[in-house]
Amino acid sequence: MAETYSLEMKRIVKRFGSVLASDHVDFACKPGEIHALLGENGAGKSTIMCMLSGVYRPTSGEIYIHGQKVRIRSPKEAARLGIGMVFQNFRLVQTLTAAENIVLGEKSAFWRGPNWMRRKQEEIAAIAERFGLAFPVDRPIWQLSVGEQQRVEIVKTLYRGAEFIILDEPTSVLTPGEAEQLFATLAQMKAEGKTVILTTHKLKEVMAVADRISVMRKGRMMQTIDRADTNEKALARLMVGKDIAPVARQRDRRPRGDVLLDVRHLDVYAEHGRKALDDLSFQVRAGEIVGVAGVAGNGQKELAEVLGGLIPWKKGSIVFNGKEFKTASVRAAIEAGISHVPENRMKSGLAGSLGAVDNLLAKTYRSPERSKYGFLLTGSNRRWSQQLVERFDVKTPSLDTPVGQLSGGNQQKLLLAREIDRQPLLMVAVHPTQGLDVGAAEGVHRLLNELRGASKSVLLISEDLDEIMQLSDRILVLYNGRIAAEIGREDADRETIGMYMAGLQRAKEEAV
Amino acid sequence: MSERSAAALIGEQETPAARRRFSFRLEIDPARKESPWWMTIVSVVLALLLCAVFIAANGKNPVEVYGKMLRGAFGSEFGITETLVKAIPLLLCGLGVSIAYRISVWNIGAEGQFVAGAIAATAVTIYFPGLPFYASIPLMIVFAIAAGGIWGALTAIPKTYFQVNELITSLMLNYVALLALDYVVFDPWRDPKGFNFPGTPMFTEAQTLPVMGDTRLHFGLVIALAAVALYAFMIRYTRWGYELRLIGANPEAAKHAGINLKRNILIVMIVSGALAGIAGMSEVSGVAHRLMYGISPGYGYTAIIVAWIAKLHPLGLVAASVLFGGLIVGGYSVQTLGLPSSISTMLQGAILFFLIAGNMAAKFRLRRNG
Repeated sequence: MAETYSLEMKRIVKRFGSVLASDHVDFACKPGEIHALLGENGAGKSTIMCMLSGVYRPTSGEIYIHGQKVRIRSPKEAARLGIGMVFQNFRLVQTLTAAENIVLGEKSAFWRGPNWMRRKQEEIAAIAERFGLAFPVDRPIWQLSVGEQQRVEIVKTLYRGAEFIILDEPTSVLTPGEAEQLFATLAQMKAEGKTVILTTHKLKEVMAVADRISVMRKGRMMQTIDRADTNEKALARLMVGKDIAPVARQRDRRPRGDVLLDVRHLDVYAEHGRKALDDLSFQVRAGEIVGVAGVAGNGQKELAEVLGGLIPWKKGSIVFNGKEFKTASVRAAIEAGISHVPENRMKSGLAGSLGAVDNLLAKTYRSPERSKYGFLLTGSNRRWSQQLVERFDVKTPSLDTPVGQLSGGNQQKLLLAREIDRQPLLMVAVHPTQGLDVGAAEGVHRLLNELRGASKSVLLISEDLDEIMQLSDRILVLYNGRIAAEIGREDADRETIGMYMAGLQRAKEEAV
Repeated sequence: MSERSAAALIGEQETPAARRRFSFRLEIDPARKESPWWMTIVSVVLALLLCAVFIAANGKNPVEVYGKMLRGAFGSEFGITETLVKAIPLLLCGLGVSIAYRISVWNIGAEGQFVAGAIAATAVTIYFPGLPFYASIPLMIVFAIAAGGIWGALTAIPKTYFQVNELITSLMLNYVALLALDYVVFDPWRDPKGFNFPGTPMFTEAQTLPVMGDTRLHFGLVIALAAVALYAFMIRYTRWGYELRLIGANPEAAKHAGINLKRNILIVMIVSGALAGIAGMSEVSGVAHRLMYGISPGYGYTAIIVAWIAKLHPLGLVAASVLFGGLIVGGYSVQTLGLPSSISTMLQGAILFFLIAGNMAAKFRLRRNG
């Protein structure tokens, strides 16, 4: 066994039901390096790391640590092997102090003596100082900033003597200044011989801190390269994939319809005062599918929510079908003919414990066809639901079976049945095929194309570039809440889009 | 909790291979959200068994005691009507909290809303003493609804606008209402001819609800059953009922359907309080015929158990409130055996305990390790 690698994963396969999350992934780390695992969201980075830290178990494949074959069955076993992971959403007890969180679960004598906690606090403070991770050890977690909480998590792994420290998207919650500090810490850890693995989709960070880089795409390991041998462009290309003869399906070229949606200079703030959309302007015309590409967290979620009337905007205007929206109102959006297909169908689209009828009613129960004088038209609603279920081929044992028991594909078909039956003018579809198998995804694509054929418009927000390129008439690339580029379907290729997604190129001319 | 079982609870295994062969682990079954219907019956039986131990420890025969309770509550016309008299406030308060629980608003203030309703209804008798029956009874009901509704709104407004936990405000408002009750019956409204008894003067004929024959079973039963029927219809067949079902099933999806959550929480808390307020009115006007110290023996709290046992189902509410009415009446009847009537309180607590434990246990499944 070659001793150059301190940690090796070989031919790792992980299946979740019918979904292949890791497809024979090989991954290896050298001692004392900073290794970046790069990939788009959903590429399978976190899955791999969760298998290292014992959260998931691989379906097949082998893991070696210092040449020794190991089986990691629980986070506890991972800790014993010297693997510590800092998750994206922290695992901290809000009401306990930082020090208490760090020693939590530690075994020691029943009676710890009067000075035990003070000694522990000193010990922890010493570690924190050594790695430049200052935080108040004796304050409860809820009083700490997000950056400080992350430091607590890092010190927790160091305190437990981790040799391999995995950081899952560490900078996604940090301000640029905090991120700089974190990178200094990583360098210090490296100097002390620790192996740091960080997952990210930010190219700039990778080039700034990593020694070696592994790129993943769609559950596969693409390549592992030394930083010195690569550049951002090459990495972006690896991350989004090569342009495999674009599926430039010929579509009917029709005169473009009238402007349906006109968004101008829109500013939207997300939680914690982060500017999610920054002076955003674009138009959607009747009868076109506009794809919105971008790496997660660049304003897609907020864009969908502001159009759906769920969140307010600070500045700018939204004119839809000739009328300007004055305030954020879900009902106004529904009644104006905007259909919002949310990102997470079971979280915000459907009510899992209710049956098909109740779920189909959600957007239209106020209309005179569905209810009169405050009473639901139960009989005709059932017949209508039955028709929809048949027309959209939703496989459900009965109209009253809780929809939470249906398969993901059938849930999505039910949700789309509800939205399409309303004949919306504009459908804002967020990751409409996420988690669906190929057949179900194709069905969804067909439905979106049918909408377009009926002169309705679709704003397709997706992280799946193939999907966007296959369906869209035009593609907008979001980066940092701004439109980095607008690309027509004829000129679209993965490489260019990938560059804009990674923020490597700015729009040469402002869109529209 | 031992360390092993803690690990088992979060669905991990950590035992070495040799010990794994015959070991099992408990894990949360994600498919199971609701406990099976028979869990209610199992928990009642287990509660009876547990309390039997305490009865036996008191030197009594549990079978005899339970038999006596059963006969006392359901064995005679008197017993049955008394049981129903107790079931009326339980049903109205239970219905009130059920509506709130349906959209996950944890109103535990039915006791205070009940008392507020009782005080407001009595205010009609104090300030408009000469009204005829057809004016005073509707006015008492309106006052009770208003008072209970305001008491509910006092919980809902801080919750919707300042994210104040409703468990705390609704509980605290119980004490406010109870102390207000003490104040009026000890001082301004006390019956001057009442030999210092902390209670208002007796209501006149025009201020009391009609009763059935020469029993104490009063018109409140009709009101309560009508309210339950209305609730059952509303939740199934009306637009508002649909909104409540959707909010209860998934508030996030309700928001995406354009339903105003805050307004619904406010309305539901007002309705919830109003129902408990009607219960308070029917208790003073139908049973006590006056407002007095300790007008509620904790109906508002028992109603929480009633709602829980009924799983918020209308028919379940009727059954559960009759069961708990029977427990109270049965508790009185065992006093002749030398046992305190608080035996029924003990049984109530035990039933709730096993029910909640059962609901938790139903979420787990047993898996062979390996």
